Amino acid sequence: METYYNPQDLLKFGEIGKDAPKLAKKFFEYYGEVFAEGELTEREKSLIALAVAHAIQCPYCIDAYTQTCLEKGSNSGEMTEAVHVATAIRGGASLVHGVQMRNINDKLSMG
Amino acid sequence: MSKDIVSENILSDDSENYASSFDKALMENKLVLKREKTTTCQINVGYLCNLSCRHCHLTAGPDRKENMTEKTAQQVIKYAQRYQFNTIDITGGAPEMNPNIEMLIENLTPLCSQIIIRSNLIAINKAEQTKLISTIKRNNVTIIASFPSINEVQTNSQRGDNIFQQSIETLKILNSLGYGDVKNSGLELNLVSNPTGAFMPSAQEQVEKRFRTILDNKWGIQFDNLYSFANVPLGRFKAWLKKTGNFDNYMEKLTGNFNPCAVQNLMCRNLVSIAWNGYLHDCDFNLANKLPLGGEKTHISEENALPRPGSLIATADHCFTCTAGTGFT
Repeated sequence: METYYNPQDLLKFGEIGKDAPKLAKKFFEYYGEVFAEGELTEREKSLIALAVAHAIQCPYCIDAYTQTCLEKGSNSGEMTEAVHVATAIRGGASLVHGVQMRNINDKLSMG
Repeated sequence: MSKDIVSENILSDDSENYASSFDKALMENKLVLKREKTTTCQINVGYLCNLSCRHCHLTAGPDRKENMTEKTAQQVIKYAQRYQFNTIDITGGAPEMNPNIEMLIENLTPLCSQIIIRSNLIAINKAEQTKLISTIKRNNVTIIASFPSINEVQTNSQRGDNIFQQSIETLKILNSLGYGDVKNSGLELNLVSNPTGAFMPSAQEQVEKRFRTILDNKWGIQFDNLYSFANVPLGRFKAWLKKTGNFDNYMEKLTGNFNPCAVQNLMCRNLVSIAWNGYLHDCDFNLANKLPLGGEKTHISEENALPRPGSLIATADHCFTCTAGTGFT
């Protein structure tokens, strides 16, 4: 069955520069720098990436960063906690907008 | 077939004669894998092991019958006397379970600068091994210990129930004997970390830093060096890769990570591997894959049983494991 997401397409990511090579070069250089060890280790950055991947629900990123997290020495428990961090922030972001709902409700309602 | 003919076939310009994809990768990078002076002798005393680790390239385990006899062990000692190696590296299976291990250590130690024993950290910590531990310490034998992951669940999934905690206990005992502080005690303890699945290993420096911090903080354990290696797609690990549908992807990862610069420092250039039955191989992985030294079956009791510098090394696709990233020790 055809699907919009094909795992093999992840391997073609590098080809995205075909029609805009300069921009792609800059992006991939930046990307590489971002994930190099700095104040945070590569392992920690990979866990952040995994959490973000779940927040933005990108199947390519989830595939890639699950493997990267394992390769950087993370385990299933750590990765699950990272996903919960993403879930908490996503859920919290919805819930905190409840304050806006309350503000409007309070203004419009009689009590 | 002579060694030279095998070598010519391996390096033929005719692509039809490529012995493996690995040879093709070497040729595409204009590289030739040749021996230098042999300085290390690795001795595999057999496949008998108290564990059945899922990543084992030899499919070692409690039911294996291949174990070096006293006669072969004596031949190994004579071989080491004849050829004078800098390093002698004893592996298995679990070498602690071979009845000739103490005799080998006592007789081989005076013949080399460094003697190593590879330990799974469990076989060495049995009540009956008190004398062996004492022999290992007295002979300043370097211990290279399997310690795949700092995570208990990952380690046990690869090596068996409760192995992580037992390994921690053994490391504490080895530390109490002075192991893990080579500068002060002369007793070297190195760890080997392997991925606990079908993925590549972490960068060695980063793993070492993390293991050192966590082992010290949680258990007060010290070690000297850590090596981070990829798993070799042979034996029980290959069977697991096939069973779980990971084999093709894993091989793609290994070949995709081919590092031409690693070829220069491959261990097989300076190493000869003796099997439990006394036959020679270019490395322990070729032994597992039944690839004889340079392509020709040679026994340690034969004359001229030391490979010459410049002679070729038997290769197969599992060799991509040692060229993925920085190499293998």
